[in-house]
Amino acid sequence: MNDTTMETGGTPALRSKIRARNFNFYYGKFHALKNINLDIPEKQVTAFIGPSGCGKSTLLRTFNRMYDLYPGQTSEGELLLDGQNILDKSTDVNKLRARVGMVFQKPTPFPMSIYDNIAFGVKLYERLPKSEMHDRVEWALRKAALWDEVKDKLSQNGLSLSGGQQQRLCIARAVAVRPEVVLLDEPTSALDPISTAKIEELVYELKTDYTIAIVTHNMQQAARVSDYTAYMYLGEMVEMDSTDIIFTNPKQKATEDYITGKFG
Amino acid sequence: MISLYLRRRVVNRFNMLASLATMAIGLGALGWILFTLLHKGIDGISWATFSRMTPPPGSSGGLLNAIAGSLLMTLGAVAIGTPIGILAGTYLAEFGQRGWLAPVTRFVNDILLSAPSIVIGLFVYELMVVRMKHFSGWAGAAALALIVIPVVVRTTENMLRLVPNSLREASAALGAPQWKIVSFVTLKASQAGIVTGVLLAVARISGETAPLLFTALNNQFWSLNMNNPMANLPVAIFQMAMSPYDDWHHLAWAGALLITLAVLGLSILARSLFRQKHKL
Repeated sequence: MNDTTMETGGTPALRSKIRARNFNFYYGKFHALKNINLDIPEKQVTAFIGPSGCGKSTLLRTFNRMYDLYPGQTSEGELLLDGQNILDKSTDVNKLRARVGMVFQKPTPFPMSIYDNIAFGVKLYERLPKSEMHDRVEWALRKAALWDEVKDKLSQNGLSLSGGQQQRLCIARAVAVRPEVVLLDEPTSALDPISTAKIEELVYELKTDYTIAIVTHNMQQAARVSDYTAYMYLGEMVEMDSTDIIFTNPKQKATEDYITGKFG
Repeated sequence: MISLYLRRRVVNRFNMLASLATMAIGLGALGWILFTLLHKGIDGISWATFSRMTPPPGSSGGLLNAIAGSLLMTLGAVAIGTPIGILAGTYLAEFGQRGWLAPVTRFVNDILLSAPSIVIGLFVYELMVVRMKHFSGWAGAAALALIVIPVVVRTTENMLRLVPNSLREASAALGAPQWKIVSFVTLKASQAGIVTGVLLAVARISGETAPLLFTALNNQFWSLNMNNPMANLPVAIFQMAMSPYDDWHHLAWAGALLITLAVLGLSILARSLFRQKHKL
């Protein structure tokens, strides 16, 4: 095992894409994440579960340094992407975010056409001829299982789509820039069951190419889509293991109580 | 229990009546003004109003030079004030989160917003008219621009603040630098609101008299030269209304009606624009 492989017992050694070491995060003085250590394996789906306010979204938002947008939010420790500490001052946050894409809880289409919604992110880092751009937009929309529904109305405003379609548009937008990691922050909490199922299928397909981290309140969803699951509570990482083990034979009593609904 | 309920009903009824009465007073005054304007102004409006110049006292004429001057100076004021206002408002909403510059700017802008327009007129008089040694259309446009700026700054900032942070986060999450987020996403999302603000600023300046009295003054003749004193509706109304001549009184009423209709039209346009945008 070299430096960037995981040491999870029982599972084959996987290269870890994101690694946290003694990572702490503060909202002003509030200590929101306490001494987090974890490894997110490459090209796998890792789910974060836990009661509201446990810090799972906060943790997810540190992976692309979203917190930089707000004054007073600080971090310490190490957060490594492919072995590089992304908390370093020298990290170009914009380039980091191009590598680590994110999809939010509520759909956030930009006030522009469906086509431009996808092209916006691509244009930031690539200069493509028109035909290639068109191919890329189609590719991303197909990836997000949205192409067939929107191919005849690419010039329509993204806001004209339904909620589930908007969320898939946001996933397509994130995928279009070809990031290495995709962060999903409760991506289905505002959607109906059919759209949810579509997005879950999508997550399953995306993991062949991308490393995926998903925050969810829905335990069944974590069990369905993820390979690894992390249970957090009050800003601490209680337990992380393969999803099978977490849901059938967790090592911590606290995890078991949460999974079985005795708590939370 | 019953008495408590009864008491609430009575209080409710009383407050309802009181608010209806105050509304009636407000709307009644507005209705009265509009009615008087229509009644007296409609007689004064004819084809001549739009085709002829300010007449000498005692003869017939129109308001063409005043209308043209007002339009020209308003256009100038908007051309100067809008870019400054939008840029400053964007700074306040998007870039000024940290540091002291934004709070100070916001405070000063609020003062400017409520500054009496006569003070603005005097300021431009000292700054431009005294130095150029004559009244001019440019000075008028500058004074009006000083009124436009704070209105546009305020509405631009407010409209940008209405844009949910999630949209900023979403674009930042793609790796967009801040200037791209602002110019391609947030400003675009608040486009309709900002245009509404500009229209309201135009409505606000179209009736301003005091700042023009000290800057553009007036002109009896046709002139589109911004370096010369320039005719405009508010000052023309003022001078004609203060005169002892009946013909001029009619023209003053006509001018007042024109301004009111223009402001009304602008407000309706602004409202419908804003509503259309927020229906989605």
